[in-house]
Amino acid sequence: MDLTLKVWRQKNAKTKGKFETYKVKNISPDSSFLEMLDILNEQLIHKGMDPVAVDRGCESSGPVSFDHDCREGICGACSLYINGRAHGPDDEVTTCQLHMRKFKDGDTITIEPWRSNVFPVIKDLVVDRRAFDKIMQAGGYVSVNVGGVPDGNVIPISHETAEESMDAAACIGCGACVATCKNGSAMLFVAARVSSLALLPQGRVEAAKRAKAMVAKMDELGFGSCTNTRACEMECPKHVTISHIARLNREFISAKFKE
Amino acid sequence: MAEKLISKIPEGPLSEKWTKHKSQLRVVNPGNKRKIEIIVVGTGLGGASAAATLGQLGYKVKVFCISDSPRRAHSIAAQGGINAAKNYQSDNDSVYRLFYETIKGGDYRSREANVYRLAEVSGNIIDQCVAQGVPFAREYGGLLSNRSFGGAQVSRTFYARGQTGQQLLLGAYAAMNRQIAEGNVESFPRHEMLDVVLINGEAKGIIARNLVTGEIERFGAHAVVIATGGYGNTYFLSTNAMNSNGSAAWQCYKKGAYFANPCFAQIHPTCIPVHGDQQSKLTLMSESLRNDGRIWVPKKKEDVMRLRKKEVKPSQIPEEDRDYYLERRYPAFGNLVPRDVASRAAKERCDAGFGVNETGLAVFLDFSTAIKRLGEDKIRERYGNLFQMYQKITDTDPYKEPMMIYPAIHYTMGGLWVDYNLQTTVPGLYAIGEANFSDHGGNRLGASALMQGLADGYFILPYTIGDYLAGQFKYPVPDTNSPEFAEAENAVRAKIDKLMSIKGKHTVDEIHKKLGHIMWEYVGMARNEAGLKKAIEMIQELRKEFWSDVYVAGQKDNFNQELEKALRLADFLEIGELMARDALHRKESCGGHFREEMQTEDGETKRDDEHFMYVAAWEYKGDDKEPELHKEPLVYENIKIATRNYKD
Repeated sequence: MDLTLKVWRQKNAKTKGKFETYKVKNISPDSSFLEMLDILNEQLIHKGMDPVAVDRGCESSGPVSFDHDCREGICGACSLYINGRAHGPDDEVTTCQLHMRKFKDGDTITIEPWRSNVFPVIKDLVVDRRAFDKIMQAGGYVSVNVGGVPDGNVIPISHETAEESMDAAACIGCGACVATCKNGSAMLFVAARVSSLALLPQGRVEAAKRAKAMVAKMDELGFGSCTNTRACEMECPKHVTISHIARLNREFISAKFKE
Repeated sequence: MAEKLISKIPEGPLSEKWTKHKSQLRVVNPGNKRKIEIIVVGTGLGGASAAATLGQLGYKVKVFCISDSPRRAHSIAAQGGINAAKNYQSDNDSVYRLFYETIKGGDYRSREANVYRLAEVSGNIIDQCVAQGVPFAREYGGLLSNRSFGGAQVSRTFYARGQTGQQLLLGAYAAMNRQIAEGNVESFPRHEMLDVVLINGEAKGIIARNLVTGEIERFGAHAVVIATGGYGNTYFLSTNAMNSNGSAAWQCYKKGAYFANPCFAQIHPTCIPVHGDQQSKLTLMSESLRNDGRIWVPKKKEDVMRLRKKEVKPSQIPEEDRDYYLERRYPAFGNLVPRDVASRAAKERCDAGFGVNETGLAVFLDFSTAIKRLGEDKIRERYGNLFQMYQKITDTDPYKEPMMIYPAIHYTMGGLWVDYNLQTTVPGLYAIGEANFSDHGGNRLGASALMQGLADGYFILPYTIGDYLAGQFKYPVPDTNSPEFAEAENAVRAKIDKLMSIKGKHTVDEIHKKLGHIMWEYVGMARNEAGLKKAIEMIQELRKEFWSDVYVAGQKDNFNQELEKALRLADFLEIGELMARDALHRKESCGGHFREEMQTEDGETKRDDEHFMYVAAWEYKGDDKEPELHKEPLVYENIKIATRNYKD
């Protein structure tokens, strides 16, 4: 396959970015999207070896920076906005699981970083998602120490409850929900953690407090509010649903009542 | 020079060693713990659990990871499960049985005392994770569910769908976050350790590169813990994440820590086959699939040809024309033989011409029998995410047609040599999880990596490191303005400047791919003397090419992934050679290390216990000098050494 790529290039957080257009050839439909970008990068590096290109001040002729790691859809590092969709034109996949067979020969593909003020661009397609860590540090845990805990089978948990908790716990913290939300809300991310823990007896104890603390941190960091557009759920690569936002709201209101 | 390989294995009966040892370890009182700083490098299961626990104990911890968040460490990708000797199934499991099966699975090349301790604390890990809110799979009665894994005759693997590593890591990450919130742990994401700093021969800090700004930064501490995983990416293509690397451990080696059993690399039997030369990494299909999947190739060559030409679908090959070769060769364990055995058996069939895809390098993993027995819904519930993953990558529906799989590099059993306290040969320098060598011998059993990472981090290191730190609280945190730090930083800067200045003709990935081919061809699933000698020469040549003709794009003083890769490749080019050297010297076959010269009549591994029942620990002697081999004899007092037998 031969493709035209319009890629967002930005030197760092302080400079303005712009789209650059590149062409790639002979891409196998079985290659993943990121393998296609690897090929682009090899091409750009070879071009950069050409002293003439470097002398022309081709700063943006260097390789395109993008976050990636496991390349099997679980680490949550990859984060591209492809043709206007978070993680591109396939459902329930991350960018690294997107394969070129989803495109046609001759296509033009637009590639952008996550769109969110809270995730500033570090370089090109790489953004800073430390805000997610901060939300987790605000309360996304069960306050138990290591050691001195009861046997794992002491408290039975119904099969269905464990499965529902797992549905929420499947969140990979990629940030697609924030990037796709017109308000830039992190509600689905917060809800995934709050709901997963609130469903289990171990996490139940601090459920309301946790919801309040994590939402407060989310607001403080500048994420937007949720207006139930459901865009997050549509683009979530792990199919975390907004029913977990409902549970988060329940916990949040219950925390308010307790005050 | 005094012998450094002192394993510190406690005296006394096996089952009492750890308890007795703990009672003799020194502890640091709470007031003094506050004065002590510890650096933890890596935030996978080992690093995150260690940072959380050390923080909870009151030490001041600095934790580093190369990703944008600690939660992205590659432990997250572990799929199938975690072993623990809970005996919840009443299938006669016990600490002893888990211990025994781990030693046997490792082909009698791991330490008895370490492995026994691992089995002993395994149950605590499950309790801890449940308390943290890890949503393990549950039976309808509400109790924890188990599945079986290779090399085990009981069902002792706990799991959270096909995302067990993710859930355990989120548990450890959350425990660490709690300590961050309480001010005990400070997190440094997007920081890569480039050297360890020794003062008077003891580890007292690190040099790290801020991957966002490119700044080279110094960090001092009373002790350093390496939890940076394995070096499987030496092979370029592996199931490891793209950024997983061996560099932190390798810098420790070059500063005097011995590197043990580097040739023991695990090749996982069930990975999605290579599709072409644009491929960047390989994807694992969990071993748990072998609970319900049956592995086969056709009995007849003509069926193989028709399959390769896609004239026939695998599901159309009649039952009687299928060779379920693992069930045929290993009736007692069938499809659940250990990984090294399953991988070699797949290679044997493919070498014999029965590989089922165009490249001839694939076998089938078939669920049709299980789907008939249990229904598609049950299979979806057990493995849904894995089936989805397979379908997205290959465009084939595994509910209808069998998966195609082939072995791939997955894990490295070798690593930094550590004593019973998990301390390397450098005082104050500890290694945990995959980064050390200690528990898996020549082959790791499935679902034991998660167990070891968390055992080391939650339940072992926090005790043993106290023994060293008890002598440290009277000293202040090392001054990073000292000449030792300056020297280490200058060396790092010089290395980076050198790499940036070469401006050669080959990209980093091109050279890495070449290294990968050499490693897979000569230091892969089957090794022989001539091939290993050739590999050493080829790697040395390639290393020269790298240092004279690589092109590292971009600048050193900002975000630069090419420079990151180049620094890691520089080390892989040295690790690969040591792996080949170790493989060459170990003239026996054991576990994942298969020397063609040493095999039984039916192609199984043939150990040489008389000459090789030891840990090979290599000491760095300088860039142009051969490393020196030290041997730690392995003593088996509680297990009868036997030939590994999975047939009957």
